[in-house]
Amino acid sequence: MNINATLFGEAIAFALLIWFCMHFIWPPLLNAMTERQQKVAEGLEAAERAHAELKQADTQVADEVRKARQQATEILGKAQQQANLVMEKARADAQAEIGRQQAGAQANIDRMVESAREQLRGQVANLAMQGAEKILQREIGPAAHKALLDQLVTGI
Amino acid sequence: MMIEAPGGLSEYINHHLKNLTIHFGGGSFWTVQLDTLGVSVVIGVALSALLWACAHRATSGVPSRGQAFVELLVEFVDGQVKDVFHGDTRLLGPLALTIFVWVLLMNLMDVMPLDVIPYLMGLAGAEHFRAVPTSELNTTFAMSLTVLILTIFYSFKAKGASGYMKEIFTVPFGPWLAPFNLLMNLIELLSKPLSLSMRLFGNMYAGELLFMLIAGLLGAGSTILFGLGVFGYLAWGIFELLIIVIQAFIFMVLSVVYIAMAQQHH
Repeated sequence: MNINATLFGEAIAFALLIWFCMHFIWPPLLNAMTERQQKVAEGLEAAERAHAELKQADTQVADEVRKARQQATEILGKAQQQANLVMEKARADAQAEIGRQQAGAQANIDRMVESAREQLRGQVANLAMQGAEKILQREIGPAAHKALLDQLVTGI
Repeated sequence: MMIEAPGGLSEYINHHLKNLTIHFGGGSFWTVQLDTLGVSVVIGVALSALLWACAHRATSGVPSRGQAFVELLVEFVDGQVKDVFHGDTRLLGPLALTIFVWVLLMNLMDVMPLDVIPYLMGLAGAEHFRAVPTSELNTTFAMSLTVLILTIFYSFKAKGASGYMKEIFTVPFGPWLAPFNLLMNLIELLSKPLSLSMRLFGNMYAGELLFMLIAGLLGAGSTILFGLGVFGYLAWGIFELLIIVIQAFIFMVLSVVYIAMAQQHH
C-alpha cells in the first residue's frame, strides 16, 4: 500500500510499453488503415467513373442503333425506288418491243393480203373468163372481148 | 474457501491486502512488490506481443480477424485522441492505446476469482499475492507521473522554456501577482496526476475490497448467506466490469486531455 520502489519499476514498464507501441504497433496499423482508406476511396471513384462511362456508352449505342435503323430505312426506300424505276423501264421497253413486233406483223399481213388479193384477182378473172367461155361457147373470143375483160378485172 | 484463519473475515481481508514483496537497501521505500510489478509486466508483454502479432503483418488489403479487431481498437483510440487534440499524434496515439489496453487488462484481473491466483501462487511458495496491479497506488502513480512528465515536456516543447516560464508566472493573475500565479499553476499541475491516479486506484481498490467482503458471506456458514454471497458476487462482478472499462477509458482520455492542454497557449 505504501509508495515504494515499485513505482519506478512500473514507470519504466509503462514507458517501455509506450515506446514499443509507438514504434511497432501504432505506425504499421495506422499506415495499413490509411492505405486501405485510400484504396477504398479510389475503388469507389473508379466504380463511379465506370458507371458514368457505361451510361455514356449506352447512350452512344442507342444513338448508333437509331442511326443505323434510319439508314436502313433510307436504303430500303431507295431500293424500292430503284426497283420501281427498273420495272417501269422494263415495262416501257416491253411495250415498245410489242409495238414494234405488232407493226412488223401487221405489215407482213398487209403484204400477204395484198399479194393474195392480186392472185385472187387474176384467178377470178380467169374463172370468169372460163365461165363465160363455157356459157357463150364460140360467140366470144378472147380477142374480141379483151377490152371488156380488162374492164371487168379492174372492176373487181 | 480459504477462511480457515482464526481471525475470520478481517484476517482473510488483511491477508489478501498484503503484497508479495522483496526488500533491498535500507528503509521501507526500497521495497519492490513482486506481485504488482510481475502481473503488470506479464500483462504488458502479453498485450504487446498480441498487438505486435497483428500489427507486423498488417495489410491494407482484406484484414484478418485479429487485425480487424486491433484496427477497431486503434481507430477508436485514434478517434478519441483526435477529438481532443489537433496536432501531431505520433506519441499521443500510442500513449492512449497503451494506457487504455494496459489499464483495461490490469483492471480485468479484478474479476478473476478472488482466491484462485493467490492460491496458485501460494502453491508456488508466495505467502501473499495481490493480482490486481491497478488497485495499487504504485502502479497508478507511476502512470500518472509519466503522464505528468510528458505534460511538462510538451509544455516546454510547444511554448519554449521562456514561454512556459512566462505562462507559469503571469497566468492567470498577471505579472504583479507572480508568486501567487506560480502557486496556482503548481497546484494545477500536481493535482492532475494526483486525481488521475487516485481515481483509478480508489475504484479498483474499492472493487477488490467489495469482492472480499462478499466472499466473506460465502464462508459465513449459513446457506442463505451463501446464496446471497453468490448472487452478490455475480451482481458486483457485472457492475465491476462496467467500472473496469469506464476507468480505463477515463484514464486514457484524461491523460490525452492533459497532454493536449499542455500544448495549448493561454
